[in-house]
Amino acid sequence: MDKENCRHLLGELSAYLDGELSEAICVEIERHLAECADCRIVVDTLRKTILLYRTAPQPGFPAAARERLYKALNLTELL
Amino acid sequence: MSQANADQSEAALLARIRAGDKAACAECVERHAPGLYRLALRLLGDEDEAEDVVQETFLNAFKAIDSFDGRSSLGTWLYRIAYNAALMRLRKWQPALVSVDEPALAEDGAELPRQLFDWCCLPEEDFETAEARAELESAIQALPEKLKAVFVLRELEGLSTEETAQALGLSPEAVKTRLHRARLWLRERLSGYFTELAQARQGS
Repeated sequence: MDKENCRHLLGELSAYLDGELSEAICVEIERHLAECADCRIVVDTLRKTILLYRTAPQPGFPAAARERLYKALNLTELL
Repeated sequence: MSQANADQSEAALLARIRAGDKAACAECVERHAPGLYRLALRLLGDEDEAEDVVQETFLNAFKAIDSFDGRSSLGTWLYRIAYNAALMRLRKWQPALVSVDEPALAEDGAELPRQLFDWCCLPEEDFETAEARAELESAIQALPEKLKAVFVLRELEGLSTEETAQALGLSPEAVKTRLHRARLWLRERLSGYFTELAQARQGS
């Protein structure tokens, strides 16, 4: 994990996973991935990381906090 | 809703808020309070403080609604107010950590990955345990200050690059760079946890 190609790939990874790169660059990246096990792991675990936080349930706004907010804004009759 | 319809409904809502329509204020709260709360919670790590930031944000926003110039969306403007309110609190607590003298982020991405174990093979249920979820949440809260707000708005709250840039006063390029670094940072951090889990399973 110190080669010039790996470093180059690393900088492009988000754009690659977001589908923002041209086909030509994707082909180049995939060629590197076919040869480099370390980079494959980074790509796979990064993709999984993104999937995990995108699908994780997000904290909600607590009902008691919402009530206090309405009170602070003088909107209690709309609760 | 199409963009044109969304713009129209926001313009209508804004006009009603400006006219002092309480139902419109409540609608605005319903639409935006949860996202503002999550941003503040991630930045401050404290539910009471996050709640205070949300209150402060709406109080200030409704007071200053006439000065809102509509260059960004109402939501983006509210995020900006909340972000600044949260930063003020952070500075009060830990002035050294939010110094303006922080070194600039390297432009070419990040340091090289250190975690190189493939933990994707773990069974799906291992990613859904309460412990794994808690690990993810604490990783998000532990993101470096400069990356966290970008990550939360862009990746968790679904703002576009442009909107995130407006809310945080950054260039779109800086948003992209920081988002990329945040993802790599989280991968490293989660790899620590999941690698240990995967190795324990292999060994058992």
